[in-house]
Amino acid sequence: MSKMTVEFDRCKGCGLCITACPKKIVAIQQEKLNKKGYYTATCTDDDACIACALCAMMCPDCAITVEGGKK
Amino acid sequence: MPEFKRPHALTDAYLHYCPGCTHGIVHRLVAEVIDEMGIENDTIGVCPVGCSVMAYDYFNCDMIEASHGRSPAVATGVKRGNPDKFVFTYQGDGDLAAIGTAETIHAATRGENITVIFINNTTYGMTGGQMAPTTLPGQITQTTPYGRDTSEAGFPVKVCEILSQIDGVALAERVTVIDPANIKKAKAAIRKAFEFQKKKQGFSLVEVLSTCPTNWGMTPVQALERVKTDMIPYYPLGVYKEGAVRNKEEA
Amino acid sequence: MAEKSLMKGNEALAEAAIRAGCKCFFGYPITPQTEISAYLSKRMPKVGGTFLQAESEVAAINMVYGCAGSGIRCMTSSSSPGISLKAEGISYIAGADLPCVIIDVVRGGPGLGGIQPSQADYWQITKGLAHGDFHVLVYAPSSVQEMADMVAKAFDMADEYRMPAIILADGLLGQMMEPVEFADEEIKMSDASNKPWAANGHKGQRKHNIINSLYLQPQELEDKVVERFKRYEDIKANHTMAVADYCDDADIVVVAYGSTARLAKSAVDAARKEGLKVGMFRPVTLWPFPEKELQEATKNAKKILTVEMSMGQMIHDVKLAVNCSKPVEFYGRTGGIIPAPADILKKIKEMGGNK
Repeated sequence: MSKMTVEFDRCKGCGLCITACPKKIVAIQQEKLNKKGYYTATCTDDDACIACALCAMMCPDCAITVEGGKK
Repeated sequence: MPEFKRPHALTDAYLHYCPGCTHGIVHRLVAEVIDEMGIENDTIGVCPVGCSVMAYDYFNCDMIEASHGRSPAVATGVKRGNPDKFVFTYQGDGDLAAIGTAETIHAATRGENITVIFINNTTYGMTGGQMAPTTLPGQITQTTPYGRDTSEAGFPVKVCEILSQIDGVALAERVTVIDPANIKKAKAAIRKAFEFQKKKQGFSLVEVLSTCPTNWGMTPVQALERVKTDMIPYYPLGVYKEGAVRNKEEA
Repeated sequence: MAEKSLMKGNEALAEAAIRAGCKCFFGYPITPQTEISAYLSKRMPKVGGTFLQAESEVAAINMVYGCAGSGIRCMTSSSSPGISLKAEGISYIAGADLPCVIIDVVRGGPGLGGIQPSQADYWQITKGLAHGDFHVLVYAPSSVQEMADMVAKAFDMADEYRMPAIILADGLLGQMMEPVEFADEEIKMSDASNKPWAANGHKGQRKHNIINSLYLQPQELEDKVVERFKRYEDIKANHTMAVADYCDDADIVVVAYGSTARLAKSAVDAARKEGLKVGMFRPVTLWPFPEKELQEATKNAKKILTVEMSMGQMIHDVKLAVNCSKPVEFYGRTGGIIPAPADILKKIKEMGGNK
């Protein structure tokens, strides 16, 4: 299974990853602020993730790790 | 499909850049190229004065912090003392194209065997968004509050176009990092620049059209859009000069 | 020992730099230091070193910063207006604790001034070289042999204390021809092998080195500067140099450095021939200023005469060294005019030099 994970405290919630996701499954969560005071990006549907890593490629903070190949 | 993980040449430090600033993307691309070429052990980076002043904390290779605009001279000193090492500079537009114009041009004319990563975001970011040499005509900045009036404040400096006229330049290429496709091209250009250096073929520069959401007064996503609508038309992407200038030894 | 050869001061200095392992020289043309660049442009390629003519003094000193930061012995040379341009870079070099050697073949100023010999850079070099809390080592040779000897000394001290060292010369010394012999006969280019701090590629064997002078936390910066000043105290205590002649019984001690010391010495010799009790004191290190040596040399003197090729700059250090405990008078010429020994002697007599 593919997995896109965001390092919680590294993310600045800029949203560039959202623009890159072909599956439109990345969003900024509005529930918890990280220690720098940002709402962070998160994958809303792990099952739909194809591990293309475009979100990670777009992330200016290298906060995203993508694991697993194509299902 | 690719896994994605942090390149080794990038340290674990949290970047101090504003949210959405594309400096971080370019840092990562440089680090990925260093990883892929396996040259971290033998690379010395030179960082500028400007937003990326603390880049020395972000790269795992040896780093030197230069004074404002002098990175190409500092890199020259490192390279001449250590011709077999890889030396790159990472500079912004104020650093490279205003205060450091002479150092840039002359490192290029000497065909200095270094790689320059040039961030063009049309503003002085660290000092709070003043007019840069690359600020577009009409662009509002802190010191051009009515928009850059070219009759008063002159015209933007087109670095790749200038460098394309210099014999010592092996590579002058303009790229951007506003979407994954362009990021791939940017990385390929950076790789090409380091390869020129590896073969001792002259001065290589990659200009990266970048964003400064904070000082542009935009969201990070709007800033990406501005690169597309305003910057690329003025600063067309592409290769401005490419080819070895020191191929006698190679031949 | 090697045979003595007849050389110009500037050329002797350049040759001595190569023999001291200086691998890279970064320069920019300016009178009257041109022979140094010209000589090194011929010699460096023959010994596997680098001579590079930079686009400006500013670039040249920053090349030194980079090269020194990578652990390589390197040097630049210039003359007064060019040193002003290098000042910023020297501050960064001091702030990053890098060793290097800088030559200032002083000419008259301010502004473009003139191209004749001068000592009007004393303040600039020993006091206000650039922004920030720092010192540089300053050596003032007064013969062609010393021009050669002090380059090696300057490189060694710069390495030991990780700071810039400056040779303060002038056109008179630079152009003068005298016999010289070199301590280091074999040429061995420097490398960074004994500089674990150098940014020259970590080889996967250590954490990355960072050459830097930026400390945004005030406490961190203060600690750094205080640590540096501890090194300075050590230098002050152990590495001052001076030459004193006929000072024990002298009523008047003449203080002069560099080429002016030669002229002053002629005047002192002439005074002694006439039976006047006059001594000669020559500071060799200008920073640190040889205060203890001067106190010792003037302990029996009634007056001190400072002779300089300027309007009087070192005189303040002389007064401080003796705590203004006795009169310190001044004789000097400026603008490129060299003080004549006869005029210095006249001044000594005016001061009441006794038999």
